[in-house]
Amino acid sequence: MTKIFQAGPLGDTIKSDCQVFYTPGSKSLAIEIESKVKVLFSNAIEDLAKKTLATLGITTGKVLIKDFGALPFVMMAQIETVIKRAHPKLDKEALPEFKTHAQYGTTFGRFRRSRLYLPGNQPKLFLNAGIHKPDGVILDLEDSVPPGEKDSARYIVRNALRSLDFFGAERMVRINQGELGMKDLEAIVPHNVHTILLPKAETADQVIAMENKVNTILKAKSLKQKVYYMPILESALGVLNAREIAMASKNNVGLAMGLEDYTADIGTQRTLEGKESFFARSMLVNAARAAGIQPIDTVFSDVGNEAALRQSVKETKALGFDGMGCIHPRQIKPIHEEFAPSELEIDKAKRIIVAADEAEARGLGVVAVGSKMIDPPVVKRAERTIKMAIDAGILSTNWKTGS
Amino acid sequence: MKMKSEMVKNAAGRMVPTEVNGKKQIPFKGVHGYKPKGTKAAPPISTCSDYPMDGNKVVGSIMEALKLAGLKDGMTISSHHHFRNGDLVMNQVFDAAAALKVKDLMWFPSAAFPCHEPLIKYMENGVIHHIEGSLNGPLGKYASEGKMNGLAVLRSHGGRWQAIQDGEIHVDIAVIAAPTADQLGNATGDRGPSACGLLGFGLADSQYADKVIVVTDNLVPFPCIPWQIQGQNVDYVVVLDKVGEPDKIVSGTTELTKSPDRLFIAELTAKFVREAGIMKDGFSFQAGAGGTALAFAIYLKEMMIEAGVKARFVRGGSTKYLVEMLEEGLTDYILDGQTFDLDGVRSMRENAGHINTSPFTSYNWHGKGNFASMVDVVVLGATEVDVNFNANVVTHSDGQMLHGIGGWQNCLFSKCTILPIPAFRDRIPVIVDEVTTLVGPGELIDVIITERGIAINPLRKDLIKATKNSGLPIRTIQELKAEIDDLIGGVPQKPKLTDEPIGVVKWVDGTVLDTIFKIENRK
Repeated sequence: MTKIFQAGPLGDTIKSDCQVFYTPGSKSLAIEIESKVKVLFSNAIEDLAKKTLATLGITTGKVLIKDFGALPFVMMAQIETVIKRAHPKLDKEALPEFKTHAQYGTTFGRFRRSRLYLPGNQPKLFLNAGIHKPDGVILDLEDSVPPGEKDSARYIVRNALRSLDFFGAERMVRINQGELGMKDLEAIVPHNVHTILLPKAETADQVIAMENKVNTILKAKSLKQKVYYMPILESALGVLNAREIAMASKNNVGLAMGLEDYTADIGTQRTLEGKESFFARSMLVNAARAAGIQPIDTVFSDVGNEAALRQSVKETKALGFDGMGCIHPRQIKPIHEEFAPSELEIDKAKRIIVAADEAEARGLGVVAVGSKMIDPPVVKRAERTIKMAIDAGILSTNWKTGS
Repeated sequence: MKMKSEMVKNAAGRMVPTEVNGKKQIPFKGVHGYKPKGTKAAPPISTCSDYPMDGNKVVGSIMEALKLAGLKDGMTISSHHHFRNGDLVMNQVFDAAAALKVKDLMWFPSAAFPCHEPLIKYMENGVIHHIEGSLNGPLGKYASEGKMNGLAVLRSHGGRWQAIQDGEIHVDIAVIAAPTADQLGNATGDRGPSACGLLGFGLADSQYADKVIVVTDNLVPFPCIPWQIQGQNVDYVVVLDKVGEPDKIVSGTTELTKSPDRLFIAELTAKFVREAGIMKDGFSFQAGAGGTALAFAIYLKEMMIEAGVKARFVRGGSTKYLVEMLEEGLTDYILDGQTFDLDGVRSMRENAGHINTSPFTSYNWHGKGNFASMVDVVVLGATEVDVNFNANVVTHSDGQMLHGIGGWQNCLFSKCTILPIPAFRDRIPVIVDEVTTLVGPGELIDVIITERGIAINPLRKDLIKATKNSGLPIRTIQELKAEIDDLIGGVPQKPKLTDEPIGVVKWVDGTVLDTIFKIENRK
C-alpha cells in the first residue's frame, strides 16, 4: 500500500483554499487538477503547481489538487505542506514573490489601539483584513490553529507575509509556545514580520530566548531589519513577573493581556464586570508604563454586541491601556472611536503643543502653560493625543492654522 | 438543435443574430438610438354582454379555464413573478396543458425561479417549446447548457412591457396569480394568506393578453379593494386552496449581509452618495434587495439623520428598512416596484405614502417619460464590469448564464448609477478587460465601488470634481484592476465558448444588445 499524504482543510464549504494529495512513487511526476475556477485558471494553476514542486525538488509521484479558489500564495503553502508531510527532512522552501507592498516598515511608538486576530489556517480572512484599517493584524499560529494544522498555517502565514498588502497595518505574528514557537520563528522572521507576540510569557528568560533566536536567524540571513516583541501575560506567574518581562528586551513595544487563560489560572471565570482581573490588568499597565512600552488589553469576544464593546473599551482606556485585541473587523471602528481623545483632552493637548512651539521659537528650555511648568513626557503625550484625534477624524490636520 | 441565424455586428461592437425564435431582430443602435413608429399592439375588442351580468366569472379549475380560453398548440402563456420562489400556480398550469395534450407553448414569465424546475420535463417532451423571461436556478442552467429549444431572450422588466406593446410578443393567455380577488376578477396582492405586495408585473399582461385568467386562494365578495388588477380586463377566475408559499414569496434576498467586506463596501457607497452632494433634502434613491444594497440603505439612513436630510421618494423593491424610513418620516414616499418582505406588504396596506407602481410608470421605453431617469442615485449589483464601465449581470466570467436582468437595465438611466461590488469572488476578478456579456453600456454606469477603492467613469467629470477632496479612496479603474489582478495571480485565461448562441440580451428598446454563447463541454 502506498500512503497518500494530504494537506488543506477538510469539508465541503471551503473558500479561497485548496486540498492537495500526494502519493510518493518512482514514476515521473503526474499532476491532476480539479478546480472551481478551472475555466478561468486551469493554466495558471498547473503552471504554479509545476514550479512549486520543481522548487521543492519533487520529480516523481502523483499530486492531486482540489481547488476552491485558492490564491497562489495559499496553494503554494498547501503544496509545500503536503510534500513536507511526506518528506519531513526536506529543507527547501517554495517562496512566493516578495511583493513591494509587503515591505513597508513599522515604528516603535505607533498606535496599537486595535490588533485584528486572523487564524493562521484561514487565509480567506487575510485577503481583505487590511482594508478595515486595524492598527495591526495578528497572523495567529497559536490557539486558533488546531495541532494538526500547525505546519500548514506556518507556510500560509509566511507566504501571506510576502504576498499580501495589509495597507499599513503592523504585521504581527503570534507564535506557538516552546519549541514549536522556535520553528515558527525560523519560518517567519525573514519575511518582514514587524512584531512577534509571545504567548504565555512568564519569565524574562523566555523573552531573551526568543530574542536570541530571532537574532540568530537575522544574522544567518544577513538581515538588518528590526523585529519587535509583545509578550502576552496569561498566567499568575506572568502577571507577577510583569516588570521583568516588560524590561527583558529593548525591542519590546508592548505587553498584552490574555484574560481567558489568566482567569482559569487563578481559578475563576471571566465576568463582564471584570473584578477578577483588575489586579492583573493594573499590574500590567504599571509594568508596561515603567518600561516605557504600551499596555494592551485582551480581546472582547461578544462580536455582535457593539454597545458592550464600547463600554469595555471605555473601561480599558480608563485603566490606562493603549489598545486591545479584536476578533472581528466590525470591532475596529468602535475601538478607534472609543480610544480617541475626548474634547477636553484635545483642548488640553492643543494648549500644551502651542506652548511648546512658542517655547521653542523663543529658545526657552522650559515649556509652560499659564504658570504651570510642563515636563517633556507630557508634551510627548500631548503630541500623541493630537495625532490620535487627527487619525480618528475629529481634528483637522491643520488645526494650528485653524481651518 | 438551434436554428442558425446570420450574425451582424451592432453599435456596441457585439455580434448578434438577425433572427431569434423565428422573429426578425433589430441590432442595438445605441442607448437612445432606436425609435419605432406606428401604433402599439392592442387586445381584441370584447363586449360586456359576453360576460355574466352578475359578474361571476369563477370557473371550476385551471384546466377548465384554459379550455375556455381556447388553449391550443403554439400559444404564448404569460405570468408574473410576484410569488418568486413560492409560486404554486404555473406548474399546475402546465400540468393542465400537458393533460390537454397541447404542444409547443411559449412561456413568457416576468421571471422563473427554482420552484419551476418541474417544467423542464415539459420542455423535454414538447409541451413547452421555450421560455422567454428572466431565468433563475435550474431553468437558467438548462438554458445555459443549450438544451432549450430556441434562444433564451433576456429582457428587462421595462423591456418586457415594451415587447408586449410593440407586438413582438403576443400573449394569448395571461395567468395572474392573485393573493386576493373577487368574482369579477378584480385582484390585489397586498392582502390574503399569500400576500406578496403588488401585482405590477402582471399589469401589462392583464391589459394586452387575448384572455386573462386570475387564480386566487382568497375569493372575497365584490369589490376587491384595492383593485390592482381590474376585473374589466379579466375573463375567468379560478379558486385554488393555495396559490403560493408565503415564506418563499418573501425570500432570503432581504437578509442583511454579515460579511465585513460587504458592509465596508456598503458604507463606502453611502459615504460616496453623501460626499458627492447627492444626499440632500428632497433627493431620491433606489437600492435593490441584495445584502449590500440593504446595508447601503441603512448606512445612508444614519447619514441622513445625522445631516437632517429627508428624501422625497425612495424606489423599492420595498423592504422593512425602507418602510422604517417612511414611517420615521425620512422619505415622503416609497414608490414600490415589488415587495420583498412582509413589512413591505404591511406598509403597502397601511401607509398612504407607500405607492404601488408598475414597470409602465417606472421603466417603460414607450412611456411618455418614466421615473427611472428621475431617480438621483441607484445602487445595483453586477457580475462583471470592464475597463470601459460596461457591465454584465446575466453571465459569470466563465460564460455560465446565471441571472435575469430584472429592472437592472432600466435603472441605469438614473442620474447616478453606482455598482458596489466585491473586487473578486473566489479568485475571479470583478473588473475585466471586456465583459463576457454586455448588458449595461458603460456610458450609463457612473461609479464602481469595491472594497479596494472607488472608480468614477471619466465621463462624469462632475462627480470626479465633487468628490475630489472628500478623502474617499478614488482611483482609476485601471489602477483598481491592476491591484486586483496582482492579488489573484494574473489575468484569468479566456473561457472557451462555442459559436452556438443560447440566448440574446435585449436592450430596453427591444434591439439586440448581445449574444450569449454556449460554453464548450468540460469534463
